[in-house]
Amino acid sequence: MFGGEYDMKYTLKKFISTVVTLVVVSLCVFLAFNVLPGDPAVRMLGLEASPELIEQTRERMGLNDPLLVRYFRWFFAFLQGDFGTSYSYSVSVASLVVKKIPITLTLGLLAFLFTVLISIPLGILTAKYENGILDRTITVINQVIMAIPPFFSGILITFVFGMIFKLFTPGGFISYTDDFGGFLKYLFFPSLAIALPKVAMTVKMLRGNLIDESGKDYARTAYSRGNNTNGVLYRHVLKNAMIPVITFLGMALADMVAGSIVIEQVFNIPGISRILLSSISNRDYPVVEAIIMGIATIVIVINFLVDVIYRIIDPRISIED
Amino acid sequence: MGIILDVTDLHIEFHDSSTPETAVEDFDLMLGKGEIVGIVGESGSGKSMSALAIAGLLNRHAIRKTGRIMFRGQDLLTCDRAVLRSFQGDEISIIFQEPMTSLNPVKRIGWQVEEPLRIHHPEIKKKERKERAIAMLGDVGLEHAEEVYYMYPHELSGGMRQRVMIAAAMIGNPQILIADEPTTALDVTVQAQIVDLLKKLNREKGTSIIFISHDLSLVSQLCERVIVMQKGNIVETGDTEAIFTRPRHNYTKKLIAAIPKIDLGE
Repeated sequence: MFGGEYDMKYTLKKFISTVVTLVVVSLCVFLAFNVLPGDPAVRMLGLEASPELIEQTRERMGLNDPLLVRYFRWFFAFLQGDFGTSYSYSVSVASLVVKKIPITLTLGLLAFLFTVLISIPLGILTAKYENGILDRTITVINQVIMAIPPFFSGILITFVFGMIFKLFTPGGFISYTDDFGGFLKYLFFPSLAIALPKVAMTVKMLRGNLIDESGKDYARTAYSRGNNTNGVLYRHVLKNAMIPVITFLGMALADMVAGSIVIEQVFNIPGISRILLSSISNRDYPVVEAIIMGIATIVIVINFLVDVIYRIIDPRISIED
Repeated sequence: MGIILDVTDLHIEFHDSSTPETAVEDFDLMLGKGEIVGIVGESGSGKSMSALAIAGLLNRHAIRKTGRIMFRGQDLLTCDRAVLRSFQGDEISIIFQEPMTSLNPVKRIGWQVEEPLRIHHPEIKKKERKERAIAMLGDVGLEHAEEVYYMYPHELSGGMRQRVMIAAAMIGNPQILIADEPTTALDVTVQAQIVDLLKKLNREKGTSIIFISHDLSLVSQLCERVIVMQKGNIVETGDTEAIFTRPRHNYTKKLIAAIPKIDLGE
């Protein structure tokens, strides 16, 4: 394909900047938790421990080494999946977190799937029948939904679909290890609660972009070649209108993975949120560090993927950008 | 010379505001096979509106059109939309003033040039379509047509993009090519090249051309016959040379006077 080499260079460049971003973020996270008051050794042993024992433990944990040495040790251990030991439970952070990750990730991804599946057809329909009944109705509903935060729509959904229509059992979470279908079924409504405001925003954005793009000169050219309305819409306008939407969806996905923490609380889902909140209040820093790094990594990787997809659909993006 | 397009009594009215605005009044045009007709006038004279109406591109509800645009025994103003679309890009093509924005920025040049064939002649195989597109890109004077085929619009200059527009407009061998101020956005040397190209295509393929411009000297280089428009009305029409040497209407005289003197040195 023409310009294939060009694409690889772009991807490589974006990849390198992704890695650099990750390193910088990890440095920030590490430093932040190092300047926070409180001695991990004291935290592990309790305030009554003798100074000698504390000193021994500090030495054993490597806390007396220079900051940079400790950072690299932490960073490379991290890369190998060793996230340290929880202060509160004295077990490895990995064993605490690993089983929770699929739950939170599934919740976020389901919400993203809903966002894409609902908002793109709705965006196209509302733009195609601009100012029609459907368009007007959806515009009003959108305004309302955008104003409702997910935790509140979560409570409403629990009440309406859980308690009145009994479509799911509130609090009746089923683990993915027991019954994957039941697990997905339970996550359906929570992910809907996360998705709703994003759906509203995406529909509004896509509709506006489609209408703008339809008025551009190239759309008129497309009509002049004998395209019908659908031809102009799907073959010409949609791709142009999707470019900013893809950036938005990328940010929305990252936001939804992070945003699922609140919804997990509302729907009583034993994902990352519960352990994150308890670790924060117990100052169990290794656990918090690991989770923050996990979320940061997801966000950064998504941004990288968005950049790559962007390059594929918008040929005007050059390496210099 | 057979008449291929017959426009009579074309009225175009805009109904966007409370009082309807007339854009074109009593517009008549007979276009012969292989003929080049110029429409001249300042902006707001209704020349582009008439052209867009002939190209079937004034389809908003707020625009009312009356009169007749007869092509192939059909009135383009009243015929079925599917019939109109079957002509668009295949029998009647149009190129615009803004080559920078008239191409789709996210589609390859080849794809865009081939589009009329894909729509109107789906029986043509992919390979042949590509060959014809590359040949057409060569015909409009683009060097390295095989490479241009894979490029995107932003990689080309304004003049090259206008050539691409012409290639896409001409690929179906249309009866009529409408050129709506095709050189206004281009610099003078490129202007002359595009005019030469249109002349060449007219001569070689026998395509009739409606050439719209505010520049009377440009029209005189290209057209045998010219229609002068002002404020939605035709004020003068006739042989280009006759109008140039013996303008009857004051407005035409003003347009001729507006041509830089250097061109009248002969």
